[in-house]
Parts: sequence; C-alpha cells; structure tokens
Amino acid sequence: MSQESSSAAAINEKAAANRQILIQQIIRTVGMLPILILLGIGFQLMSGRFFSPQNLSIVTQQASINTVLACGMTAVILTGGIDLSVGSILAASAMVAVIGSLIPDMGMIGIPLALFAGLVFGLINGSLVAFIGLPPFISTLGSLTAVRGVARLFGNDTTVFNSQLPFAFIGNGYIFGIPWLVMIAFLSVLVTWIILRRTVLGVHIYATGGNESAARLSGIKVWAVFLFVYGFSGLMAGLGGVMSAARLFAANGTQLGQSYELDAIAAVILGGTSFTGGVGSIWGTLIGALIIAVLSNGLVLVGVSDIWQYIIKGLVIIIAVALDRVRSQGGART
Amino acid sequence: MPSAPEPTPILEMHGISKTFPGVKALANVELTVYPGEVHALMGENGAGKSTLMKILSGAYRADAGGELRINGEVIHIDGPLSAKTKGIAVIYQELSLSPNLTVAENIYLGRELSSGGQVDRARMRAECQGVLDRLGATFGPATVVSTLSIAERQMVEIARAIHANARILVMDEPTTALSSRETDKLFGLIRTLRADGLAIIYISHRMAEVYELADRCSVLRDGSYVGTLLRDELSAEKLVKMMVGRDLSKFYKKDHDAQGSRGEVILSVRDMSDGRRVRGCSFDLHRGEVLCLAGLVGSGRTELARLVYGADAREGGTVTLGGKPLDIVRPIQAVDAGIVYLTEDRKGQGLFLDMTVQENINLQVIGRDAGKGGLLDLRKARGRAVEAIRALSIRVTGPVVDVGSLSGGNQQKVLLSRLLETRPRVLILDEPTRGVDIGAKSEIYRIIDDLVKTGVGVLVISSEMPEVVGIADRVLVMREGHIVGEVGGTSGIAITQENIIALAAGLAHPSVPAA
Repeated sequence: MSQESSSAAAINEKAAANRQILIQQIIRTVGMLPILILLGIGFQLMSGRFFSPQNLSIVTQQASINTVLACGMTAVILTGGIDLSVGSILAASAMVAVIGSLIPDMGMIGIPLALFAGLVFGLINGSLVAFIGLPPFISTLGSLTAVRGVARLFGNDTTVFNSQLPFAFIGNGYIFGIPWLVMIAFLSVLVTWIILRRTVLGVHIYATGGNESAARLSGIKVWAVFLFVYGFSGLMAGLGGVMSAARLFAANGTQLGQSYELDAIAAVILGGTSFTGGVGSIWGTLIGALIIAVLSNGLVLVGVSDIWQYIIKGLVIIIAVALDRVRSQGGART
Repeated sequence: MPSAPEPTPILEMHGISKTFPGVKALANVELTVYPGEVHALMGENGAGKSTLMKILSGAYRADAGGELRINGEVIHIDGPLSAKTKGIAVIYQELSLSPNLTVAENIYLGRELSSGGQVDRARMRAECQGVLDRLGATFGPATVVSTLSIAERQMVEIARAIHANARILVMDEPTTALSSRETDKLFGLIRTLRADGLAIIYISHRMAEVYELADRCSVLRDGSYVGTLLRDELSAEKLVKMMVGRDLSKFYKKDHDAQGSRGEVILSVRDMSDGRRVRGCSFDLHRGEVLCLAGLVGSGRTELARLVYGADAREGGTVTLGGKPLDIVRPIQAVDAGIVYLTEDRKGQGLFLDMTVQENINLQVIGRDAGKGGLLDLRKARGRAVEAIRALSIRVTGPVVDVGSLSGGNQQKVLLSRLLETRPRVLILDEPTRGVDIGAKSEIYRIIDDLVKTGVGVLVISSEMPEVVGIADRVLVMREGHIVGEVGGTSGIAITQENIIALAAGLAHPSVPAA
C-alpha cells in the first residue's frame, strides 16, 4: 500500500535472497559430505572397527583407482560429455605397463609407456568428438569395446605377470607413512583442481559445458577443450592402469577394469556434477568416490552378502542423487 | 470505453491484479475487447502484457478482487483447460506443435477422434480440410509439421484454435520469426478472422504493425493500465509517451556530436555474402559514430553481423579494419583484431548462466591476463569485475553471484562489460536492449554514448524504431539480404521512422538515392 512498507518489503526480500545465495553456496561446496560422515558413523556403530587406522588405510586404497579415473571423468562430464571407455583403457594401459616392465634393465619404462597409451586412446576419443562431431556417448561406447579388444591383443589374450615388477612400490609401498596409491589419488585430485579452478583452460571447460554456443561465439576453441578433456581422461585411465598393475604384479586384458567406468561416473554424479555440464567440482567427486569405497568396505565389514551389496550400493546412489536434486530445486526456486 | 455503437464486449477484465512474491506484476488492470476487432496490447518489456495474457489463458491465477466477463457473464478461469472451453486460445511465440505428427494430428491433439478404440485418422483429416481451406493454407492435413515453415506452423496453430471454436485469439509477437511476405499473409489472415467476428488480442512492440492492424490499442506500463486509444487517435508520440511515461528526448541519450566525434573509417565491409540470406553487402563504419542497421526481422541484419564477426561461414566478401585487411573465419580472430559482437540471444548464445558475474565479465580476457602455464590471475579478475560492476552500475550483491540470478537488464550489462573488457575498436550490438527494462535501457544508451566519445565505432542492430531514431548517427536499411539505402549522415535524408520503414518495406521513396 504505502511506499514505505513496499520498500521495506523489498529490502527484506533482498536480504532473504542473499541468505538464499549463501546457503546455496554452502550446500554446493559441502555437497555429499554429510552422507559420507553418516555412512562412516553407521558402519562404525555396526562393526566397531570401521574407523580403525588399518581399515581407513584399506578404504582409501580401495578408493584410489576409482578416484583417479573420476578425476578425468569430472573434466569430461563438466563439458557435458561422458567417457565410457576408461575401464577398457585402464586394462590396455595395465597390459602395456606390465609388458613394458619386462624389458630387461629398463622396466620402469612401463610407467611412461602406459601413460602414453592411455593418452593416445583418450586423444582418439577426443578427436572423434571434437573434429568429427560424434556424440561422446557413441564414440566412447565404441572405444569401450574396441580398446577392450586391443587390451586382449596386447597379451595374446593371456594374463601377463612380472613378479619382479620394478614399480611394485606404487601398489604396495608407503611414502611419508601414506600408501603410494592414496598419495597418487590425492595428487590427481589436486592437479585436477588446479586445472579446473586456477587455469584459463579450466574456465573454458566450465564455459563449454555451461553453454557451448556461447563458448564458440566468445572465441573459445571448443575443439581444443574437447580434445583436452578426453585426452586427460585417457591419461588418468593410463595412470589407473599403472596403479592396478603395480598392485597385482600382473594384468589381464579380459577382466581388468570391467565396469570401472560406471563407478567413476557414479562418483562424479554423487559429487554433484551436473550431467548436462557446466556445474560441479572435483572435491565433490572425491567425496563421491569415498562414498562408494566406504559402502563397499562397510558392507563387507558388517557382513552383508555380495548380492545385497550390489542392491544397496545402487539404491544409495539413486537416493543420494535424488535428495540432491530435490534440495537444489528448492534452492533454485528461491 | 468510448466506443459507443459496439455490441456487448466479448471480453471484459476489470481490476485484475497479480502479485508474485515481492513483486506486484499487475495492479487493477482493465481490458475490454469487442468481437470483430483487433485489439493491440502494447507496453515495454515487464509492463505486464504477458502476465495479463497468462491470467486470461489460465496459466496464472489472478489475485482475488478482479472480475472477468465473457459476453457479459462473470466467469472463473482456473486452468488452461477451462480457458480453452471458454473459447480463449493463445498462439505462442514458441510454437507448441509436435513436429513429427501431421497437421491433422496436431489440430486434434488431445481430442483425437476414434472409432472402436482406434484413432480415426481419415475422419480427422477430412474434418480439418475445411478449416485449412478457410485459412487459405497451401498444405494438406496429412503434411508432417516438421516439413512446414515457421509461418505455416503458425497457421496450423491458428487452425487448431479455430477448430476448437476459439472466439478470443491472443497472438504474442506473431511476426518475430516471419519474413515480410509471410507477415503480409498473416495480416490478411487476421483480417479474415476479424471479419468472421473473432476478437484478436495482438501483442507487439512494432508500431508499424499496430498502425496497420489495430482497431484499438490498450497500453500497460509497470503493471498498470494506462489507457486505450482508438484507431484514429493512434500516433507514435502518444503511444511512446503512454508506454514510457516520459519524454523521449530525455530517454535516448546522445551527448556526442555526430559531426564532431566522427573520425576516419575504421571498419570497411565489402560485398559480404553467405549465398543465402546476405547478398553483396558493403558499408563503412567510422570511428566515433553510431551506425544502425535497420530492417524487418529476417532481412539479414543478424546474419550480416555474424559474417563480419566470423561466426558463420561466408561465401564472399572482405573486411578491413583500420585500413588493414583481415582474414576472419573464426570469432577469436575478430576479437583479437578488436571487433566484438553482442548476440541478440543473450541466454542461448551469450552468457554462461551457471557461472559467476566475475567469470562472465573476465571470460574473454583471462587468456591475456593469465600468467605462466595459463594460470588465472584471480586478483586482476576480481578487480576488473568490481570496476565493471561500478562503471556500468550493474545491480548485484557481489562479483561471485551467478549471472543466471540477475534481471535481464543486469545480465545484458554483464555481457556488455565482458565485451568491453577486450577494449574493442568496433562494437557490434545485436538488439542491445531486448528484454531489458526501461531503466537499464537508458543506461545502455549512456554506455554506447560514452564509448562513441572515446572513438569506438558502434554498429547497432535494432528492431525498435524509436531506439534507432533516438541513438543513430546514420542508419543503413536492409531488405531481403541487401542494404537498400541509407538515412542520416551525409545522405541528406532525415532519420525518421517513416523514412526507415519506407526503405525496409520496399516502398519507393522519392528522396532515396539508388543503393
């Protein structure tokens, strides 16, 4: 009615809007952390040994390879794409790593060879998306199958062993009291964070995923962004291959890395990254990967049967993301 | 309403108000429409036209206290379906057809005829034919909608409304996507419908259309009803005054002296073509001038601008900047040379709505500011954002707010400042004030004026005639892919709406030299 009351209402409205923005930002950064903590507490109460140092070391090691894959996957999904081929690339790279390690006197060359193999497969994915314009789902679905075949080809369809693996420390050793696997995973997260949040390239990744046509119009080299994220994802899968090989002293083209891509995607989505691109963070992905590892580990500790582990894991993913959807919709409505 | 001899109004809306949380979108709005009239509804963006029509079509519910009558009878509309059954139909800008179905299936969508549980397509086709004939459609009922042009799809929508016995037809900016020939055809159709006794509520920003079609015109401003003019009373000045509520001379800011600030040619475009919608366009843009590109929608203005910017592939033509020939095939090359382009599609092709104001403002200069290895200079980015927010008076609580949460006017200012951060020599602005409220509009005019004073060449594409007349130093008019004439500048022809419209519509103009 009066001018004053309406302007007072406007000020209230503005304050409320600010509070809303603040709350949204907090939710966005914290994300699924509460669920991770609740799961941990729950498993501790039920098993009594979840939080033991020994078990935590196991959980983080279990999470490490998936975390590394999920780093690459985060970059890909941020551009609105998907990489279904990481499990196959991991297998092929692990084969390369073990075969390379068998070269007399220079077995360490297995590491760079495996990373290079992963990078090349990733760049092929990236070229299909960037230059030929294939939908990411299709091109990486193709390489999911083709690279799996290549992995089997590398070892003539056998398991390759190296009991004297020169980089076995990666899979089993410690640095500063921390398992190498965990250290590598953490460094991968850190590097990904720097790329995404502290470099021009990172801004271009978010921009491409957020609005591809605006990105093109503003002069961003969208093809370079695609090439990079798929190349990066391939490289991370190569690193995952090295980690797997180092852990097992062996690699098998048929079995290794089967359906790893699904765990990596689940970690990214649990971490709050939008499937349509442009929104998300690597810290969320880290939490997502930890949730998956905690679930696997905790359910075993509690003594849940294998069959039920699958069912429960699937349901947790669906419920967690559904909760997140409801919550963020509530926020967006203001 | 002063129209005495008319029969009972088909539609009366009295005291309609609508409150959204924190915003009074409509306050006591009146609207009276008679059968057999085209009633134009005008007002700036945000004046409440769409809200009022959404209440009429049942998409929104009005606040309690208002009254709605159809044929003198008080009625309540509590949803889209109830509006439909009362004979109200809305033809949306974004057409609401299913592209993969046939015309007949679309016309019968939701009311399919069936016999024995099966859809009776033959009967549906047969019964649509009559409506299509009446509208003068050149396509049959079995045509798949995706093969039709936008204008033809619009006709299908109208056919659907008529077939459902609509008596009140709301058309919201129906000509935005039409060529001038299609527009003429649509106008013919609207006249036919009017003769049949339908009431047509016609929403448009374009004065020329309102002059041509409207029997009466009601104006809204800031959610309030301002008044209704009869056809004989219509004049641009009156309408603008009613819509804007103040004098235009103060609204359009043009401090720079057109003759004084104009410098040498900065951008020179020759024989630009894309082989389809732009044919052999040549023009010069000077330092320190506002050159407007006018013409109907679809005349090739946006396409021409995008060719110059390198956003689309060209078939022929050259671009020279400051005397240096440029080979621009990608936007990044234009940006590096000092040419930037503000898109007409702010949300679709301009902004990154999920990113912050700071990220959006810095997007095109982070590469230049970056340190070794492409590391971002966040302090510099923040400084730029804070300064731009101040300089362009962007109303936002801070630089790290998502752009998507800002109003249209402030979003536009963010997009504009992103371009200005690149320190362009040539600025191409495509519909710079579309979807922007009046306050922000006049601020954007101020920004343009300030830029021109510093020697930037500004090319503005605008469909709003008063805007063109208000800010341009010189106007080029396009029609069907060609630049057909020039007004203002040294042409000796005054920049008036009449002169521009005459060129744009292809009417012979005595004082226009051959282009």
